Amino acid sequence: MATNTENSGPRTLGKVRPHQTQNEALVFEKSSPGKRAYKMPPLDVPAVDAAALLGAAHRDTPGLLPELSEIEIIRHFTRLSTWNYAIDLGMYPLGSCTMKYNPRVNEAVARIEGLAEAHPYRPDSLAQGVLEIIELLQRCLIEITGMDAITLQPAAGAHGELTGIMLVRAWHESQGNARRKVLIPDSAHGTNPATAAISGYTVENLKSNAEGGIDLEALAAQVDEETTALMLTNPSTIGVFESQIHKIADILHAKGALLYMDGANMNALVGKTRPGDFGVDVMHLNLHKTFSTPHGGGGPGSGPVACKAFLEPFLPIPVLARRTGIDGPGTRDSGTKGTGTTGQLCWNYDRPRSIGRVRAFYGNTGMFIRALAYILANGPDGLRQTTEDAVLNANYIRAKLEDLYELPYKTSSMHEVVFSDKRQAARGVKTGDIAKRLIDYGFHPYTVSFPMIVHGALMIEPTESESREELDLFIEAMRSIAREVEENPELVKTAPHSTRVSRLDEVRAARKPILRWRPSE
Amino acid sequence: MRYLPKSPAERLAMLAEVGAASIDDLFEVIPAEYRLTHDLDVPRQQAESEIVDYFRAAGEKNATGYASFLGAGAYRHYRPVVIDSLVQRGEFLTSYTPYQAEITQGTLQAIFEFQTMIAELTGMDVANASMYDGSTGAAEAVMMAVRVTGRHKAVVAKTVHPEYREVLATYAKHQGLHTTLVGYDSKTGRIDLAALEAAVTDETAAVLVQSPDFFGVIEDIPAIAEIAHAKGALLVVSIAEAVSLGVVRPPVEADIVNMEAQSFGVALSYGGPFCGVIAAKEKFVRQMPGRLVGQTVDSTGYRGFVLTLATREQHIRREKATSNICTNQALVALMATIFLTVYGKEGIRELAEHNLAKAHYAAETLAAQPGAKLLFTGAPRFHEFVLQTEEAPAAWSQRLLDAKIVGGIELSRWYPELGNATLWCATEVITREQIDAAAKVLAAAPVEA
Repeated sequence: MATNTENSGPRTLGKVRPHQTQNEALVFEKSSPGKRAYKMPPLDVPAVDAAALLGAAHRDTPGLLPELSEIEIIRHFTRLSTWNYAIDLGMYPLGSCTMKYNPRVNEAVARIEGLAEAHPYRPDSLAQGVLEIIELLQRCLIEITGMDAITLQPAAGAHGELTGIMLVRAWHESQGNARRKVLIPDSAHGTNPATAAISGYTVENLKSNAEGGIDLEALAAQVDEETTALMLTNPSTIGVFESQIHKIADILHAKGALLYMDGANMNALVGKTRPGDFGVDVMHLNLHKTFSTPHGGGGPGSGPVACKAFLEPFLPIPVLARRTGIDGPGTRDSGTKGTGTTGQLCWNYDRPRSIGRVRAFYGNTGMFIRALAYILANGPDGLRQTTEDAVLNANYIRAKLEDLYELPYKTSSMHEVVFSDKRQAARGVKTGDIAKRLIDYGFHPYTVSFPMIVHGALMIEPTESESREELDLFIEAMRSIAREVEENPELVKTAPHSTRVSRLDEVRAARKPILRWRPSE
Repeated sequence: MRYLPKSPAERLAMLAEVGAASIDDLFEVIPAEYRLTHDLDVPRQQAESEIVDYFRAAGEKNATGYASFLGAGAYRHYRPVVIDSLVQRGEFLTSYTPYQAEITQGTLQAIFEFQTMIAELTGMDVANASMYDGSTGAAEAVMMAVRVTGRHKAVVAKTVHPEYREVLATYAKHQGLHTTLVGYDSKTGRIDLAALEAAVTDETAAVLVQSPDFFGVIEDIPAIAEIAHAKGALLVVSIAEAVSLGVVRPPVEADIVNMEAQSFGVALSYGGPFCGVIAAKEKFVRQMPGRLVGQTVDSTGYRGFVLTLATREQHIRREKATSNICTNQALVALMATIFLTVYGKEGIRELAEHNLAKAHYAAETLAAQPGAKLLFTGAPRFHEFVLQTEEAPAAWSQRLLDAKIVGGIELSRWYPELGNATLWCATEVITREQIDAAAKVLAAAPVEA
């Protein structure tokens, strides 16, 4: 047997060795007139004179799209793909993003013809299959969150937040006062205050306590009759469960305010505890985080909103229902009239107290299919084991790194751990530098400089998808970087050293933005 | 569990290393009364083969093999197979928002190419990296016009997709944004220009129209722009059928274009995920919502791409951001980019012309049936048309379904004044045979007893 040289040798760093990547110009720069990657079938109806039919509305100058052959297109995008890091290549510990494995069966079932080809306005009678999928997913998510009702319409987490706060607003209005302000902890995601502002509320900042959690006294002092809700991430962005959660809910409810939960960190809770049981009134989920739908380089996501029964009348239209009779009360066919059979699933638009629509059609159905496939693959035992492994992995990293990296909050960690760069900063090395150096070791960086309550934060979320071996390699990389900071800080400050491009000039990009290609003069 | 890469022994060893006696120790911070002590009531763990069977059965139950004349904001076009083989590469599929530019140049360059293609097609200077879809994009585009102008009123054409208008209404309610609806000309199906002129004032932030509009009719964009601009309002043009841009003049007089790019190689998927995008004149770029990719150089002067102008965005500006959007539709935008590369400069025109020809034939053929006539013949159309029938649509649409054809969508739910009107769409995938078959069924009204 040959000696294993995988993890040694001068060109090896931890788990990686450099390999070649192909250069590739912009697709426009590769174009030349007359090349084709398509062929239209013969037209089986009479051709028309477009210019005559459209008159002044006819396009005389075509858009400058590229002209290439099929093999060049395959190479172009394949080459680009090799410039990306991805979960499929290794650990992607981006805190708060839950970069877990994206099962391939999800992709296969989302492409089944009867589902992928379904038009949103097809008659309900021809859509029973997809409606049953939606119904089962809704039932599973309601059970997982411990809530009473749900909408799958929001397209992503931030869109879910907006929908959730609109539900809260509609309920307050029904009580006679929309109220004025939303409380948001200083540790929150930026989407929370942006959402509150778009919903017409002023944002009031809530300072975290010494443990990085909600300060009950401060909360009690700040909540009043003008408080709409508290937007709380639980576990918080430092990965800590709010152990006083029931008291937080009580303080809010006593003043008529509601508890909104940002479900970004739900991967720490599934199967172990339910927000609906600990006092949450409304929350959103991120199917692209907790429920394994792919992140796709930045979407598509899906942000279902689950709520308690008293908020149900306000859910966006339409809501899924069962037909109570042929064209029975409260139902309307979603498209051309089909037969309305009692007991069939249908969309109900007759919801006078609804906040209205937040999106055309019904939401990112392709993501619903993937999320349900994930839930079915896991079952109750798999979902619980997933959560336990995610929390175990984060605690393992914490235990193995807390001697070298400053742990600003000693509270016990759930699914992610947040260090600070305090010790390394003393040598002039910041969290962003350590992150860039991790790239040389074959890892995607953690989340840098967030949450803002931790100066120089390193926010690490391994997820359940990492083996002990991969975690150990990550830990070794982080320990090695800590040594480099002591011995050769410049090496870290100028990282990465192994990538196609070195650090990019962001200031130049923003000062004189070049946001598109243009043909050279 | 097959997705979890740990043996029971490894779990125990790791627990020992973190100093926990059992996994429950790590969950002790959750108050005991809230800890679940039973299994979640969800279906049991299933084999991959069972999962495939379940979804296949659902797909079959959904009914396949129907010819469909449905459009109305979701369009069936042929999807070249290279799209799915490329977007399923793990490096695209399982990567995230390209915050770390050095190891996400693939996604960043592809988005830069997407932005360029969208700008080229729409006639705008710049385009963003995507929005959720056309409906939310329309609302965001109007809110952008509000920020640019500092005004708080919008004038909206009744021929904008009704569900887009509903979304705008939901957003507008909380922004102190007042909207006025302007009707359409009954001969052309275009916005009523006289009514528009009366509705636009010097308090109007935006005029929102759709072209081709919800009836498939192409608006007179230069005339609308003149009315909007005369009062200092911005013109926002929404495009629900992106393929139209292969043959329809782009709305170059618009200030902001909101587009649904689903037609560019994205499956219908019962309404999503789709791909919105906002394009605009360069001078408005700092008020745009969503992500933008820009070109720059690395420390050695080599070309590279980064997310840029982030000071507009929620993770920096929080409540002062231009939008709360974070995750967008990146992978769907990649599908559109590949689609546009496959068809290219000539192909997009040829494709659009095929759509034009199919719809022209379908409109003529269906309108020739007894009791049927076309509405809005006074203006050019793309690939949708409105058919008025003497017979109630509920009756003939059932006959069509029996013949495995899904006919046009009833308009009375949104436009009761149009009576028995239905909106039909014929893209390049519809065959002459299907059109002729639909006409035959339509003509076969049962004789009154």
